[in-house]
Amino acid sequence: MTQRYSIFSLARNAMGYHMDWEKAWRSPAPKSEYDAVIVGAGGHGLATAYYLAKNHKMTNIAVVEKGWLGGGNTGRNTTIIRSNYLQDPSIAIYELARSLYENLSQELNFNMMFSPRGVMMLCQTEHEFRAFKRTAHANRLAGLDCRMITPAEVKEIVPIINDDPTCRYPILGAYYQPRGGTGRHDAVAWGYARGADALGVDIIQNCEVTGIRREGGKVVGLDTAKGTIKTKKIGVVAAGHVSTIMDMAGVRMPIESLCLQALVSEPIKPVIDCVVMANTVHGYISQSDKGELVIGGGTDPYNNYSQRGSFTALEHTVTALVETFPIISRLRMLRQWGGIVDMTGDRSPIIGKTDVDGLYVNCGWGTGGFKAIPGSGWVFADTMANDRPHPIAEPFSLNRFTEGRLIDESVAAAVAH
Amino acid sequence: MLVVTCPVCGAKGDETDFHYGGQAHIRRPATHDPVNISDEEQRDYLFIRNNPKGLHFERWRCDRGCGKWFHAARDTQSLEFKAFYGIIELPPEELQKEAKGPWADYFKKRAKAKA
Repeated sequence: MTQRYSIFSLARNAMGYHMDWEKAWRSPAPKSEYDAVIVGAGGHGLATAYYLAKNHKMTNIAVVEKGWLGGGNTGRNTTIIRSNYLQDPSIAIYELARSLYENLSQELNFNMMFSPRGVMMLCQTEHEFRAFKRTAHANRLAGLDCRMITPAEVKEIVPIINDDPTCRYPILGAYYQPRGGTGRHDAVAWGYARGADALGVDIIQNCEVTGIRREGGKVVGLDTAKGTIKTKKIGVVAAGHVSTIMDMAGVRMPIESLCLQALVSEPIKPVIDCVVMANTVHGYISQSDKGELVIGGGTDPYNNYSQRGSFTALEHTVTALVETFPIISRLRMLRQWGGIVDMTGDRSPIIGKTDVDGLYVNCGWGTGGFKAIPGSGWVFADTMANDRPHPIAEPFSLNRFTEGRLIDESVAAAVAH
Repeated sequence: MLVVTCPVCGAKGDETDFHYGGQAHIRRPATHDPVNISDEEQRDYLFIRNNPKGLHFERWRCDRGCGKWFHAARDTQSLEFKAFYGIIELPPEELQKEAKGPWADYFKKRAKAKA
């Protein structure tokens, strides 16, 4: 890394009217051959490239990206980081990611603004209360720092919450992970991109993949908008577009692409200093450092590649949150957007090898991929470098669908989709 | 907003008046051959899905009208419906020809089986 970011470099560059900052990463033309190519420069792809270079010393690698880096779901999520999932394999990978987030700013010398402000999942029906209690027990057995809290504690942490016990969905308690929180999603992509670039990784933007070249049962290269690239290892990390890439290689995926929307309000003074998820009424909320309320909800049900969702889904989310937080009823919304999420049948990701030699896939993160970026990159890089699944990635292999060995997280998602 | 028309009763409405039923033309292999079904066939039936960017074929239900299931052809990028057709029908010929990737393979296989 040539230029370190610090208070001193900031002061020095302020003297020069900020005209002398180096570019954070290069924009090289693709070489004719690489040891490995990652398809997709989102958080997961860039993290994979970074850990391939750093942990496995594979520096002759490239990341190819159709648009611009971090322009897909990495920059479209609601930035929530937590690890309180139900099943052991999920706990392992999400907790690896959450713990890596804690030191990521220092490691990458890039401020991720990781803010462990606490994540609270409300229980608004008896059933939900019992379900979260089960998750709480599972998480405590796995050693996670999580606990159930009472309605009084909920009110103390989130004073703006509607605690009327006679409302349609009263607060019966909550499941609380104090070490969860939020981060700055763009910075995660930029930090990993800068870190990978400094280690010699070529990040090639505006370079759509148009074909995957196979010779018999193994990959030999890929066709892109910037020419053919030879390589023996391809890692497909293309989120909502993973099926279109895998179709090129003749590998069929258990994935459907749906649109998930989010929106932010006009900025207001601090009113909520943790993340609140309300599963029963379908919505979640946090407040950004700028003061905007960041709001997310459920997906539209139908397959969609348009990055535009329906008004119905937005209305449903906002209605739910107004009921839970009455003071936001007159807030105006500033922006709204959609991202294309890759949903698997069991709502758990797919990480690992495929039937084609040298073709690896990391996808299916669905509506909750941001929180997993460091852990996902870590185990996927290990899987690609050693051509065998990392122990944490092993349960998430593609063949779990053949074996019926599902990792059912549909009930542990923040919002059921 | 999607505007859906039911080919059975003719009711027209947005997507909230209908229910999305996922990919069309999936057959349950165990119904035809419960003994010899392989793990791969069962996986394909339960989990593997066509997920094209473009022309897609899917099931919808006329929730607030006649209650019947039917089929639709829709572009997943423009969200435009191309056709509505009955639950035991195949899509119009020209759409079958327009289909790409796994859908094109499927319609070719069906045509071959018929011939």
